[in-house]
Amino acid sequence: MSIQSNVEVHTEWGIVSARQAGRNLAKDAGFGNVDQARIATAISELARNIYLYAEKGEIVIQYVEDTESPVSKRGIKIIAKDKGPGISNIRDVMEDGFTTSGGLGAGLPGVKRLMDEFDIHSTAGEGTEITAIKWLR
Amino acid sequence: MQPSIVEMIYTQKQDIISDWLSEINNVMPSGLAKKIPNEASDETNKKFVELIIESLELTEEAATEKLNEFAQHLIYLGWPLSYFTQGMQAFRRVLLETMSSMESISSKKVFETFYEIETWVDSIINQIADEYSGSWESTIHLQRMALKELSAPLIPVFEKVSVMPLVGTIDTERAKLIMENVLDGIIEHRSQVVLIDITGVPVVDTMVAHHLIQTAEAIRLVGAECILVGIRPEIAQTIVNLGIDLSKFRTKSSLRRGVETGLELTQRKIIKIENDDERIDSR
Repeated sequence: MSIQSNVEVHTEWGIVSARQAGRNLAKDAGFGNVDQARIATAISELARNIYLYAEKGEIVIQYVEDTESPVSKRGIKIIAKDKGPGISNIRDVMEDGFTTSGGLGAGLPGVKRLMDEFDIHSTAGEGTEITAIKWLR
Repeated sequence: MQPSIVEMIYTQKQDIISDWLSEINNVMPSGLAKKIPNEASDETNKKFVELIIESLELTEEAATEKLNEFAQHLIYLGWPLSYFTQGMQAFRRVLLETMSSMESISSKKVFETFYEIETWVDSIINQIADEYSGSWESTIHLQRMALKELSAPLIPVFEKVSVMPLVGTIDTERAKLIMENVLDGIIEHRSQVVLIDITGVPVVDTMVAHHLIQTAEAIRLVGAECILVGIRPEIAQTIVNLGIDLSKFRTKSSLRRGVETGLELTQRKIIKIENDDERIDSR
């Protein structure tokens, strides 16, 4: 099954539609209320980062299935990519309380805690790609 | 437009109309075709094509007015803009086909004729597009106004106790409004306790939390107290996961609890008047 939704983020409304798309997909995948909220919140954080720092980018939300592991798992994968300034100090941004925008600095580490898997690739000057997965239990 | 072209269009009018009608049915957006009963769309198509041809003999103003009226009506009925743009493009195709099949036009004049027709058709498309976008803009403007009015009301429910119910997404602009309205409202209503109800906020991410924290801090600065109410269980869990510290907030699960606490903080409480019940019954 390959259901996917791509949302362009370049305004604050992009954040809202990405979140909505994520919530709908999570609901269809069979996630409960709490996990739906977690996924929506994670998307919201990632989309807001795109909007704040890279100005524009894309959120891809897809349904994934892991058939390699002994027990097959299903879940939702969020990919947030942008061609923004990139992050040179990944270790810092994954630290709670680190912020360059005067915010709470809980965004990225928060997303990591909200989701099951989290991966970040970023090159300064080229862009950032963050992948996060939530497995259905 | 050259009289010869106009004349040609008139002599071929029936053919053009019937060709166009069959063409438009092919290009009609499939979603629309399903929504609208056949007779209605046939009627509209006929009216549209006659209007286009009619516009040749009317003065520019009268033609503009008629077209706008027609467009307004279809906007009201919810027909998409693509019906017009594709319809006009189809009209141009039909017209050019009809003309090229006729031999009366000398090859020298072909470009001139094409140019005239292009200009004519394009001006109609532009006019209709303007009409549509104008209608969208005014709709958006009105909705934005309505949204702004709804976005952050502060309601004085009791003396010294006010409630701000928040429903829907909080973006930066709205966060600003919330802050302004709360602070102005506190002064105006002499509130000592403000309950911010987030039952209707779908997602509380770090930005929303940050704005709430700032608002609470500002409320504290003007000498009132803020109680956050309506935190749904899933929101509570995501806030904890995100690691947001709301410990400076007084929080309550429901608005009702919040009101009780608000009254307590201002040395009052709601009590049941038992004797009154009997009196009402016996009456």
